[in-house]
Amino acid sequence: MKIELIIKDSGASPEKAISFAKQLIEEDKVFAIIGPSTSGETMKIKGIAEESKMILISCAATEAIVNPVAKYVFKSPQNDSYAAIRIFEQMQTMGILKIGVLSSNTGFGKAGKEQIEKLAPQYGIQIVANEVYDKEATDLTAVVTKLKAAQVQAFINWSIEPAQAIVIKNARQIGLAVPIFQSHGFGNIQYVKAAGPAAEGVIFPAGRLLVVDTLPKDNQQKAVLVQYKKDYESRFKEDASTFGGHAYDAFMILVKAIEKAGPDKEKVRETIENMQGFIGTGGIFNFSPQDHNGLDINSFEMLTVKDGKFAVLAKQATKKKK
Amino acid sequence: MGHRTYASIPFFDGMQHIELLSQYLVAGITYGTIYAVVAIGFNIIYNATGIINFAQGEFVMLGGMTAVMLHTLLPLPLAILGAVIITMTVGALIEIVFIRWLTSPAVLRLTIITIGIAILIREIALALWGTGVKALPYFTGTAVTVISIGDVHISPQVLWVISISAVMVVILHFFFTYTLLGRQMRACASNRDAARLCGISAKNMVTLSFVLSAGIGALAGCVVSPITYVQYDSGTSLAIKGFTVAILGGLGNSMAAIAAGLILGILESFSIWVMPTAYKDVIAISILLLILFVRPSGIFGNVEASRLKEF
Repeated sequence: MKIELIIKDSGASPEKAISFAKQLIEEDKVFAIIGPSTSGETMKIKGIAEESKMILISCAATEAIVNPVAKYVFKSPQNDSYAAIRIFEQMQTMGILKIGVLSSNTGFGKAGKEQIEKLAPQYGIQIVANEVYDKEATDLTAVVTKLKAAQVQAFINWSIEPAQAIVIKNARQIGLAVPIFQSHGFGNIQYVKAAGPAAEGVIFPAGRLLVVDTLPKDNQQKAVLVQYKKDYESRFKEDASTFGGHAYDAFMILVKAIEKAGPDKEKVRETIENMQGFIGTGGIFNFSPQDHNGLDINSFEMLTVKDGKFAVLAKQATKKKK
Repeated sequence: MGHRTYASIPFFDGMQHIELLSQYLVAGITYGTIYAVVAIGFNIIYNATGIINFAQGEFVMLGGMTAVMLHTLLPLPLAILGAVIITMTVGALIEIVFIRWLTSPAVLRLTIITIGIAILIREIALALWGTGVKALPYFTGTAVTVISIGDVHISPQVLWVISISAVMVVILHFFFTYTLLGRQMRACASNRDAARLCGISAKNMVTLSFVLSAGIGALAGCVVSPITYVQYDSGTSLAIKGFTVAILGGLGNSMAAIAAGLILGILESFSIWVMPTAYKDVIAISILLLILFVRPSGIFGNVEASRLKEF
């Protein structure tokens, strides 16, 4: 069996994603679509895929992509609600009660903000400052000053733009020395490099790909992760990030389903929906008709930045500070 | 009594409010200088040609990106110098390829050409450098180095941006007021035909203005890149703010651009203090509209003079 790949670069633009999706479905008559990588784009083409009975495996995080479930729409990254829950659990162990929330005005930022607002009360955490900034913001000193004025004990930033590096830099510059939590969107080493020493100690949830070297040998994902990282880095000469991993998972899930069910769209869809125990870079996938993501909360690990590198957040570190 | 009333407002907490006020002020100055340094580039091409170069933001991006690339091989000052020279060459090429050969082009047509050029540069940058976020190192210290006065903190890079813009404005002022070349450029702007009759090559002056503003854009891109980072598409957003500030100050006036930049930056910063951050750009755009309606010549512009201009 040979798979032909047609690549369209939607450049994170929902408008482009719509026209490319229509092109792929109507003109190229493809078997399935993998991507897009951002939540805003995926939400715009979710309906299109469903209407034209096109298998879509998105590489974007927002839970709304698979909740409510659309028959033909799947996604490979972990839900953003899991990220928020892991963050709040971590805050509880650190005794943090008053937080600030920053997010960018994108689909990803908005979805994260909603999850945080919804879940915070369940963990007894109070949001005392809640600010949305423009995704093209070049400096956020005034915004972090507002957090400082509100005397937060920690803050969460939810964005995937360069702003997530700018915000931690500005916070440290004005002497806001509280713990900083980021979303799983921080899982790209270039932001750590951009923020330099300001990135040290930032805490965020992410898949295990970023810390594959430090995983114990008996971890079920270890073999897949080591292989992916090696293949990616030797081919593209850059650090592997979780984002590439999501596309890899989506592709492998599709391949596996086609191998099992043959080149029949309906059967492949059904096979994906019932796939169990598939080990990917994002975690171990167990799909069901109700769950088109298939990952659970354990697919996230709490990570931090240590000496300019990603590392698993040590358990002792959870008890330090107050 | 006074103390009690302050305490009832959530942000005013004892003595802390003076320090907060100063910190917002510092943030505003940071925004303002970034805007101003971009606005100056708009003014130079406007002064020489009467057009608004919408590719100005791309010059800023190009400067930053090229400097980051050169910095892998060269020390920082040489990398910046190299980036400025390369961007100036690009500026000259753009003018020669797209604008020079047009016979008596309308200002509007030229302006639209610059929009096309902006898109072209952006796409080339995307192909060349990808979507990655890059930055030059801080000129002094690191990302977390600050100069502190009490509880108010300012990054040394902000002082670099301020001083480099100041030096740039002073040099430009002297160049346009006292040198023959500068005066020739201004002559072309105010009356092309008359300037030509006096033996000035209008075409060369326009090329020169592109070279100059590309150079200034590139230098701006280098000094702000440690603060703002640089990406293939970061020129656009910088250009919008720079353009607002250029209009606000009065097109063509670089001194006024600095003042207008600071006014806008500080207003934005204080707006974040009292309103949700999401409204920050509403402030900027409202001010721009207000100025365009009430005082199209800009806060510092000459009303009489602006009536004679095409834009």
